[in-house]
Amino acid sequence: MADADAALDRRPWFLLAPALLAIAFLVIVPMSFILVYSFYENVDLAVDKVAFQFSNWQALFHDSYYRVAIWKTLRLSVIVTMLAAVLGYIPAYFIAMTTFRHRWLLLLLLILPFWVSFIIRTMSWIHILGNEGALNGILMWLGLIQAPLQMMYQEGTVIIGFLHVFLPYMILNVYVSLEGIDRNLEPAARTLGATPWQAFREVTLPLSMPGLAAGCLLVFVLTGGSYVTPLILGGPRDFLFGNLIHDAVVSELNWPMGATLSFTLLVLLGLVVVAYSRVMGLNQLSKAFR
Amino acid sequence: MAGVELKNVEKSFGAVTAVKGLDITFEEGSFTTLLGPSGCGKTTILRMVAGLEAPTAGDILVGGTRINDVPIHKRNLGLVFQNYALFPHRTIGQNIAFGLKYRGVSGSDAAAKVKAALDIVRLPGVEDRYPAQLSGGQQQRIALARAIVIEPDVLLLDEPLSALDANLREEMRVELKAIQHRIGVTSIFVTHDQSEALAMSDKIIVMSAGKVQQVGAPEEVYNSPANEFVANFLGASNILDVRVAGSDRDAIGLEVPHFGVISVPRARAAGLGDAKSGRLVIRAEKLKLLPAGDAGAGVLAQGVVRAVDYQGQIARYFVQVGDMELQIMNMIDGRPFSAGDATTVAIDPRDCSVLPADG
Ligand SMILES: Nc1ncnc2c1ncn2[C@@H]1O[C@H](COP(=O)(O)OP(=O)(O)O)[C@@H](O)[C@H]1O
Ligand SMILES: [Mg+2]
Repeated sequence: MADADAALDRRPWFLLAPALLAIAFLVIVPMSFILVYSFYENVDLAVDKVAFQFSNWQALFHDSYYRVAIWKTLRLSVIVTMLAAVLGYIPAYFIAMTTFRHRWLLLLLLILPFWVSFIIRTMSWIHILGNEGALNGILMWLGLIQAPLQMMYQEGTVIIGFLHVFLPYMILNVYVSLEGIDRNLEPAARTLGATPWQAFREVTLPLSMPGLAAGCLLVFVLTGGSYVTPLILGGPRDFLFGNLIHDAVVSELNWPMGATLSFTLLVLLGLVVVAYSRVMGLNQLSKAFR
Repeated sequence: MAGVELKNVEKSFGAVTAVKGLDITFEEGSFTTLLGPSGCGKTTILRMVAGLEAPTAGDILVGGTRINDVPIHKRNLGLVFQNYALFPHRTIGQNIAFGLKYRGVSGSDAAAKVKAALDIVRLPGVEDRYPAQLSGGQQQRIALARAIVIEPDVLLLDEPLSALDANLREEMRVELKAIQHRIGVTSIFVTHDQSEALAMSDKIIVMSAGKVQQVGAPEEVYNSPANEFVANFLGASNILDVRVAGSDRDAIGLEVPHFGVISVPRARAAGLGDAKSGRLVIRAEKLKLLPAGDAGAGVLAQGVVRAVDYQGQIARYFVQVGDMELQIMNMIDGRPFSAGDATTVAIDPRDCSVLPADG
């Protein structure tokens, strides 16, 4: 009997083993290399010396440039997340509630953009918002403006680019949550005296929080870790922390500094995830699905 | 509290007409059941009264006032859903108090009302639990409590018992009726279960394919079905082609194949008019199966038992009489008949009703 119990106790570990091994080899081991690399010394372009010294970390903490980047990254991630939450909720609600028989088609349309490289999708904004772009072209043709408006290469364009790329993640997460809500709950609230807006606020919105929260977390982390979108759509001042890593590794060929910055970004975003799930209370979220 | 009237109400969904030509009165304080097979439009009627669907044509009146254009949240109706529709993220107390909030009742007043409602549905003290922590039957009671705590003008119940298992269903049936009787609220109950309808209703409205087939007290619809649909929907009936053989002031003589002439009281053949032929309806449990050659009361014919469906206290027999197969449900008195037994079938003319031939 005792043996059988012990075997039962071990069973979860057997079942978890493949995932744990994959995480260990694909995440923990490489991240450990990066951590080790952050103590190396960069002597010249692409020439590193094996060492155990703290000059990279000292640079990180003393150079205000890096702090500015962290601040910019957090700020932009929050803005993009909040906009994505509002802009994503509406289509998600529409898709979940529509009586349109071919709902799969709407979901397909949502996934369709993933079939095109996101770099191409991002670059396409140049043709829309650029000085020679479609929008300026139309405005000039209509005679509303005489000279092209400078719309590209600003923070606004970067935000648009992020929303464009990450909105489907938000919509899908919220949709799945909304889809799981009993269709009779809003009518029940209505017959009890709630206006349409009150019924939404009291019933649908709280019950869709798990999806909304998951979508927000995903968009926040994805934005916080990006560098390509600001590279393509942003001006010289629109850099994120990810761009510093890109610069250190690709332009300056300073891998130890790149490793230091990478590890910092990992820790920062990891802290956000932990704090977020504390505040949102994962057990609170699961209550809705009990 | 108030009565409900539907005046020539019709509802179409695109090309599909869900209900049409409805003229129904639900008397104040009564318990009325809409009975009919799935898809006949029962839910559509409730949803129109509740305001969740707008009728395509016709008027809906509550307490004599037309409410077609009154928004849902201003109608003050209690709707109980088949799947309970409790708010899973709210406690039982919050669920029940939900409607009170919009009526300006809060704090200790609300708590007292919630407690009173829980007492009525006999589930005191569960305020702090969540819906998922209660059983199906308990959740159904909470749904009822949530609907009655707002003191609705009308209580609308959409198959509220059909998700419960058989024993609980019969228990809740009695209790629901008792609660309705106690608070005296006008109730419209929807079901496809004839025994539920017969047990609970002051009045039954039998529906089929979006139209009312018969309106009447339970005994009326049961004993004098207005047409073959009603006869078959409320339990098993035998329907036999008959010819009018003669008539006098009180009764009509009907020639029934193999049985001979049965003299049916005129009151039970009202629909027949002057027609020369009709259809005789007799319920399976009103036919009597006797040992062969037994000279019982009533009109007799000889038959052979084809099959027996034994159900404990009663048995359902399929009996061949000439070229007709009759369904007979009798109490088992001693030993049931077996397949192959020769028997005598007895009809009491007072149990028959007669419909027109094309009914
Ligand atoms: N929202 C809707 N859209 C289209 N057809 C509907 C809708 N609701 C009900 N119907 C149709 O109306 C008819 C009656 O439905 P319903 O009132 O739900 O029947 P019941 O409650 O008696 O089972 C059915 O044929 C159903 O398919
Ligand atoms: Mg229904």
